[in-house]
Parts: sequence; C-alpha cells; structure tokens
Amino acid sequence: MSYPVRVEPKRPNPDDLLKNVQEEEARSKRARLKIFFGMAPGVGKTYAMLQEAKIRREEGVDVVAGVVETHGRADTMALTAGLEFLPTRKLPYRGTQMEEFDLAGALQRKPQLILMDELAHTNVQGSMHVKRWQDVLDLLDAGLDVFTTVNVQHLESLKDTVAQITGVLVRENIPDTLLKRADQIELVDIPPEELVERLKEGKVYVPEQAQHAVERFFRKGNLLALRELALRRTAEHVDADMRRYMASKGIVGKTWAAGERLLVCVNSKADSASLIRATRRLSESLNAPWIAAYVETGKHIRYSEEERTQLEDNLRLAERLGGETSVVQGDMSTAEAIIDFATSHNVTKIIIGKPAHSRWMELLTGSMLEDLVRRSGDIDIHVITGRQEGEKPAPSAKPAARQARMPGLSHYLAGAVTVALLTGICMPLHKHLEMADVVMVYMLGIMLVASRFGRWPSLAASGFSVLALDFFFMPPRFSFAYGNIRHLATYGVMLLVGLVIGNLTERIRSQARLARNRENRIRALFRLSADLTRSTGSTAMAETASRNVATHFQSKVLIFLPGAGGRLRSNSLVDHEVVSQDELGVAQWVYDHHEPAGMGTDTLPGAQALYLPLKGAHELIGVMGIRPNEAAGRHMEPDQRHLLEAFANQTAVALERALLAERNRESQRQVDREQLRNALLSSVSHDLRTPLGGITGAASTLLADHGELPASSRKDLLETIHEEGNRLQRLVTNLLDVTRLESGVVDLAKDWVPLEELVGVALERLQGTLGDRVIKVELPANLPMVQADPVLLGQVLINLLENACKFSPADQPIEIKGWATERAITLSVTDHGQGIPAGEEEHIFEKLVRFPQGDTRPGAGLGLAICKGVVQAHGGRIQATNRPSGGAQFLVSLPLGAAPPAPPAEE
Amino acid sequence: MAADGPLILLVEDEPALRRYLRVTLVPQGYRLLEAVNAHEGELLAASHHPDLILLDLGLPDLDGLVLTQRLRDWCTVPIIVVSARGLETDKIQALDAGADDYLTKPFGSGELLARIRVALRHAHQAAGEAVTPVFELGPWRIDQTRREVTVAGQPVHLTPNEYKLLTTLVRHAGLVLTHHQLLQQVWGGVQGAQPHYLRVYMAQLRLKLEADPARPQYLITEPGVGYRLRVE
Repeated sequence: MSYPVRVEPKRPNPDDLLKNVQEEEARSKRARLKIFFGMAPGVGKTYAMLQEAKIRREEGVDVVAGVVETHGRADTMALTAGLEFLPTRKLPYRGTQMEEFDLAGALQRKPQLILMDELAHTNVQGSMHVKRWQDVLDLLDAGLDVFTTVNVQHLESLKDTVAQITGVLVRENIPDTLLKRADQIELVDIPPEELVERLKEGKVYVPEQAQHAVERFFRKGNLLALRELALRRTAEHVDADMRRYMASKGIVGKTWAAGERLLVCVNSKADSASLIRATRRLSESLNAPWIAAYVETGKHIRYSEEERTQLEDNLRLAERLGGETSVVQGDMSTAEAIIDFATSHNVTKIIIGKPAHSRWMELLTGSMLEDLVRRSGDIDIHVITGRQEGEKPAPSAKPAARQARMPGLSHYLAGAVTVALLTGICMPLHKHLEMADVVMVYMLGIMLVASRFGRWPSLAASGFSVLALDFFFMPPRFSFAYGNIRHLATYGVMLLVGLVIGNLTERIRSQARLARNRENRIRALFRLSADLTRSTGSTAMAETASRNVATHFQSKVLIFLPGAGGRLRSNSLVDHEVVSQDELGVAQWVYDHHEPAGMGTDTLPGAQALYLPLKGAHELIGVMGIRPNEAAGRHMEPDQRHLLEAFANQTAVALERALLAERNRESQRQVDREQLRNALLSSVSHDLRTPLGGITGAASTLLADHGELPASSRKDLLETIHEEGNRLQRLVTNLLDVTRLESGVVDLAKDWVPLEELVGVALERLQGTLGDRVIKVELPANLPMVQADPVLLGQVLINLLENACKFSPADQPIEIKGWATERAITLSVTDHGQGIPAGEEEHIFEKLVRFPQGDTRPGAGLGLAICKGVVQAHGGRIQATNRPSGGAQFLVSLPLGAAPPAPPAEE
Repeated sequence: MAADGPLILLVEDEPALRRYLRVTLVPQGYRLLEAVNAHEGELLAASHHPDLILLDLGLPDLDGLVLTQRLRDWCTVPIIVVSARGLETDKIQALDAGADDYLTKPFGSGELLARIRVALRHAHQAAGEAVTPVFELGPWRIDQTRREVTVAGQPVHLTPNEYKLLTTLVRHAGLVLTHHQLLQQVWGGVQGAQPHYLRVYMAQLRLKLEADPARPQYLITEPGVGYRLRVE
C-alpha cells in the first residue's frame, strides 16, 4: 500500500501572509495620501488635483481646500468654484502680515479630504511646524485624507542629482519616506517641449526672485532628465505596489535579489551627505535595507567641534532617509573594522567615498581602500565620488563658534612682549653670546608663547623674533638689512620651528580641551546617575534630574507624565508647576510623535522651552521640557544638546523604573485593600449582626410586654440594649479608623503630648469597661512629651487596654508603665491573663485575628491592627510578648526628637 | 414640673433622634421647640428667643457650622452642637465658631442633661447674676478675691499662668474650651505661645491639684480638642 504523493505547490510563509493581511488592514483604515507628482513647475499638478477633487466632491465627499495656489490662472480658478477654502492664519512677519495654512483650524474643521498644494513649502515663522509636509503628516495622523502636489526636485535623496543636472541647488526638500507613505502617486506629465512652450506663453508661475534661474532650469535637456527621474520614481512606487500586491496574494516570485543589504561608510566630512543620498537611491532601486556606519578610531578625539557636528548631521541625515545608523568601534584598522561589521550584519555591498588624499600620503599611511578591497571577500565594494561637480564645500555654519576660539589681540601682544623682554635680556650680554645662543633664547621664547597661547600667537612671536634678531644682533646691527645669505636660512628655520611647535601645542591643547569636555560630560552623567540611584520615588527623581540639568544648562526642567487617555497632565512633576496651554500643546506633540520639539528644533521653534521625549526601555514615559533661564540665552551648542539628550535618556530609564515600582506598589495596595474589604465584609456580617440581634430581640420583648415581665427582667433587657449599643458604637469606630488608616487619608495632627494625659484620657474613656479592675500606672514625673496625634495615639492605648481586659480575668490588675531613653519613649501595657499563644506574637497585629480561646468574647479583631497602623504611621514600633511570669505585654515605642521649646519662665 | 421651664430649641432633621430627645427632655421640665432644618431653626430662634439651642451639624439645607456663626452674629444663647461626625476638627470648628459645647452621637441621656444644665447655668452667670467670688469643687476652694487656692484646706501655690488657666476653666466650668481659646485667654495675644505650653501647664496644675494626676477627676482632657473642668 502506498500513500498518494501530493506535490505541494510553493507556499508563502503563513507568518508573512498574516503580516501582509495586517498591513493591508492598517492601510485601508488609515487616512490616504495622494501625491500629484511632476517633473517641474507648470506641468499642471494643481489643475489635476483640483479636477480629481471636483469628482470626489460630486461623489459627496466633504472636500476642503487647505492650500491651493492657482497663481491667478483662469482655467485653474474655474475648478475652484464651489470649493470650500479654509481660512488662513495671519502671522506677523517682519512688519507685514503673512498668510499661512491654519493647521489647528483644519483639524477642527476635520473634512474627509483636504487639498494641500506645494508639499515642499516652508511655513512662515511662528507656525506649528517649519515645513508643510509636517502639517500633512499631522493631518494624516488625525485621519484626514490628503491630496498634495510636489515636484521631483524636492526629494531629499535626489537633491544632488538635480543639482548636478540643473546647476540649481534646491533648498526646500521633503523626506523620501513621504513618497513611501503615499497610497497613490499620480504622475502629471507633459512633454518637455510643451512645457517650454507654456513657459514662453507665461502660463507657468515663476516667482520674481527666481527669474534668472528659470532660463537655466527650463532647458530642454534638464527637463528631459527631470522627467526621467520623475517617471522612474513613479515606476518604483508602482513596482512596490505590485510587489505588495503579489505578496498579499501569496504570489511568490523572485522579484529582487534576496537579502541585499548596503553599508555606507560615513565620516565627519560634508561629502558624506552625498554618499548617503547615493546609497539611499541605490537601496531604493535594490529594495534593500541600508546602514550608515561611522568607524570610531583614535582619530576622532582630534575632531573639531564643526567636524563633530557634521558627523552627527550625517548620521541624522541617514536616519531621516530611512537608513539604520551605527557607530563601529575600531581597535584594529579601519578596513578591518568595516569588514567585521559588514560580515556580522550580512552586508552585501559597501559604499565608500573616493580617497581625498594624495598618493604620497597613501605611501606613508597605507591605503584604507586597498586594504578594504583586499579583505572584502564576497562583499562588493562601490567606490563613488563624495563631492558632486560644481558643488562647493559647505561653508562653515558656525562662524561665531570659530571666532570664539581665535586668540584675542592680547595673546599676540603677549607674544610681542615676550620677544621684547628676551631682546632686553640678551642686549647687555651680547658681547658674551654666540649668535647660536641668542637664537636658542628666542626659540625658548617661541616655545613659551606656543605652550601658553597656541598656534597663531606663537607664529607671530617667531616673526617678531626674526625681526628682533635681524635688527639687534645680526651685523649690520640696528638695521633690517642682512649681510649674509646664511642668515636667511636661520630666519627660515626659526619661522618653521615656530609653526611646528605652535601646531603641536595647539593639537595638545585641543586634545586636552576635548578630554576635559568629555570628562566633564562623563562626570555630569555619572553624577546624575548616582543621584538618580540614590533618590527613590518618581517625584524625588524628577527633582534630582531637574537639579542636575539646572546646574549644567542654567535651565529649568519640567517633566510631564501622561494622565488618562494619553493626554499629558498640565502640572509638571517638578515643583508642580503648571504651564500654559500653548506650552503643554508642544509637549503633547512631542509625546504623540516621539520626537523633540520646541526651542531650537524644526517643530514649533517659538516655544519657550525645548521638549524632549523621555524614552524608557519599554515605552515613552513622558516629556521633559528644558526652559533656559533669562541669562542662559536660547542658543544651545550641539554638544550641549547631546549631553542634554543623554541626560533625558538616563532620566527616562530611571523614571521608568520608579514609575513601574510605584505602579507595582499601587497594585499591591489594591490587592491588600481588596483583601481587607473582603475580611471586613465577613466581619461585618458577624460582628454587626450579633449586637443587633441582642438589641432587636430585647426591644421586641419589651414592646410585646403588657406588664407580665418582672421588673428585674425588664431591667436586664434594657441593659442588654444599652451594652450592645455601646458595642456597636465601638465596632463602628474601629471600622472607621481601620478604613481611614488603610486608605492612607489619615493626616497625623501631631502635637506635643504628655503620656500621662493620654493615659488619663484612656482610663476616663474606659471607665465603664474597666469597672473595679485595678490599673497600676507607673509614669516617671520627668517623662518627656512625645510628638504624636493625641487622638490616634489615645486610641492605641484604649485598644490595648480593652484587649488586656478581654484576655485577662477581671480580678487581675493591668499595669501601665512608661519610660524613656535618649532616642525613644516606650509605653507598656501588661496583663495577667493566659498570654499570647506561642508563635502568634507577630500574627496578632494582622487584621481580624483573634486568639483561638477568645472566640466567644466580643469584638472584631481590628483593635490591634489599628494599633499597629497608628504606631507605624508615627514611625514607631509595636511588639507583643509573653512575660515569663504569665500574661501578655504590649510595648509601644515612639521615636523621640528634640524636646519642644519650654514655655518662658515665670515669676 | 413647671410649665415655664427653660425653652430649648432643637434643630435636628432625624425623626428618631427628635423623638428620643423629646421623651428625654420634656419629663425633665424643659419646653421644647422643634425645627427640622436650619432655615426653620433660624426663624424659631429669632421669634421665640429660646434659652438653649441643641443643634445638629448635618442639616439638609445648611451646614450647622454656618448656622452657628449666623446665630452668633446676633445672639448669645448657649448652643450645644450634636453631631454624628466624630472628627476633632469638626468639634474645634464648631466651638471656635461660637458653640458652647458639643456631643458626639451616640450619647447617653445622663450626659446630655448634664451638659444642658452646665450650659444654662453658665448662660445665667454671663447674664450678670452674681458671680460667687469663691468657687468650690470637691476638695478644691478657689477664692478669686484673695487669689487663693486650697486643696482639702491646704494652700497650694500656683504661678500666675497656672492661676489664670485655672480661673479660665472655672469661668467656663463644665464647658469645653479649645486649645486656641485657652491660649487666647491665658497668654493673650502673645506671639509664639504654642499649644504644648498648655499641656505643660495643665500637667503642672494636675500635679498640684489632682489626687492622681494620671487619672484626673476634674481637669479633663478632650483629646484633640481642648480641656474641660468637670463639675458633676
């Protein structure tokens, strides 16, 4: 017998299918973005968008124009007839009023579909976001469908290519991810000839300031190239759509080389940005993930501030373009580190820039590229130009920072003074010195100046030295003329030495400065983490973080935690400061988008503070706001910002820990409360019904009596009612006390109280219960007063005495003693009963516990639990022991602080 | 009993408690006016000029505390506050607002009658009936004209503040005085007088006057509220 053999068709992985289904669902639910895509202005994107909007409107869709730029063209205008325009927001800008799209208004109006022309537009200062595409993302998040228009040159990854083709550097860019986010891309295309024609007819809107660029831009060659780019981009999108469709339908095909993965090596040069964009394009066409890596070797400590900033910017650009970023530690050679990283991350292609240094340098230091190629094995190495033709190196963005590091005039003056001094010393000794000695003395001076004031002053000092040497010492003396050609060489050497020494010291100085900066930074972080470890509870941690940030950044910290429904609470965890609705709005945006916003960022830069998301290990726990003090100013250096982010991260992790612990405690308390409630319920049913039974029974008997009950019985019944009433009263008091203590609403009304008074009150209160029982009170006359809540502590004593009464024979005395040591005051209540059952000494303070033999006696076992709660609330201790001679002893110890100030003396 | 006994205004919304007070007070010769809310109570107080008001704090239309303050604006009739709220702050507020005494529910009839007697007696004294210069209580004899205090015939030396504290309590014999009121009376407006001074002086007084200071017979602590000189 044989089983039929079935040939399994090639089946897609069920996990993938599920993922596809989920993605498909998410896509169909979320708001839809449609992009009208064109190669250049004037192709008719707005017109196409309005046409489609009109069709939608006729279908009954609620369409609103957020932004539509008709540029006064009649045919386009005609399409807007009957279309609702959203009122713009008027913003004052450099003395005039600027109109801008009103994001808040749009979100409030909430149409089904909103038209947002010119996606790459930069908003007027004072708007919510810097860029319009950020507005669009917010609209999509809010569930509004969006139509928008954009030209191909605005795509971030194509920036270089477009600049290369047209020679125009486009400043308004949109991230490529937006194109990915689009559900539909409609290419609006006309032949380039027609576009040029339209331009000539004046049908293309050209802003005045761009007139001169138009000529260059609208050349036919340019347009052809741009058209190709646009077509290719659209095709890629269609391709992605098709792949998604195939995958969702379970059609498995080898549509792309499996497992491609790119790695681009970046450094601290501006050129890396082009490399990153090129990698992004390559990855798009390969549909492969990509990583931007920076290899950290010993070299990076020599980096200047600009270089560091550039490096950060490069890595950030990679992130923005959808790449993963990584910093690789390289103890070995750079090439080895790269290959190591590439192999461990399954990288198939490495993209690296062409070497910028000369062949001579390579001979000296070895070629990293050659090394890389030799070691690469299976991995492809793509070497491409970093810098694009015609592109100038980016000018330094920070002239201010550079100026700050330039030595002041005083440093040059100091160089001159040093030279003058040395000249003064050498002049009288001139006769006894060789020329070489004088040169040596000047060298010493140059070195001193270099070590003290850095490169440029030392070079200046070398110059001064040469002049002084020539004028004062070289024959002919007191003349700048030189007699011997050999002297020129001496001068040359002196200048060179000055330069070399200056450079060397400068480097040492900058390294020292960097090391100092880093040490400060590490120390600051270390102190923060140590402080955070020491503080317990979220509030204390928030205050710790706030203190640390305040000392380092001259700023005030605000920490906002979410309340119900993901809305941030308006009062900061620090000092409970309440901020304005506007500021809270910024913080809320940060919380919703997990990105920094506010002062110094692209989003809502007008805010009073910088807001950073507090990202814990598991979730976003809140938002930290940093508001600089008046003196600190609004500008923040990049490394300050990094340190701040490190602070925020550390705070976030610590806070998350604290909040988790608090949440755990809270749920534990909840469980405890629940248990108590259950115990109370069962207790109430028993302990309340028993006295009620007595009362109702006695009362009904009395009511039914028509004189046949003897007087003594009547009295008995009445006494029953009275006693049971009192018992109920005590029980209710206890229940109230216990719930108050448990719910934590008890505010201790602390006051200085003499123990004697507490004892007096308790004995007075228990007169009825105690009857004739002997109570021995031993309290020394000089017993200090204790700081306590007299009512609650009195209740403790009452409960202990009641307890003693209940569990010892009525003819036995009860003893109350008090004594004090330096740090504590103790009160003992001792009875002569059977004592506490062995092993029950701790147990008896738990709720609703009664001694087994005491079961027949009245009273819910709440009294001792109350005692424990009250004593603990006072920071004291309560203990139960059995005395060797029999009977139980309860000890209440309370801490003694400083004695209260004595009343002023009299007489 | 005489039909012209003291007139008591009872402001209480609980029918059961009204019935209990009626059967307790009327046989004792008191005449009773009953109001079920603050508004009615205020009207009756204005129209009938009762000798004493028994006032429940938890009234349906207005907090008894507010009513106390309003009544105090225009009359000095003794007010005994009756409340189911056991919190000390409530008691202190009521007393500081002008109530003469308070009782926490549940309370026994004996205690109620004693408090009423004390309040009425105190009102009579305040109304200008001759104050006896010599006050006697158990073994104590306090002669206010000679500033002399004896216990069982033995003279006791008191400091000026102790004496002032004692005579303040004597002036309001049987009534509760809050810490605040006592500090005001004994130390006057002196800045910096703290509640624990009172406890120090009270302990000294008990030591000098009470037979067993740990179980005082007369100088009674009202925990968390104040002190009272017990007279019966």
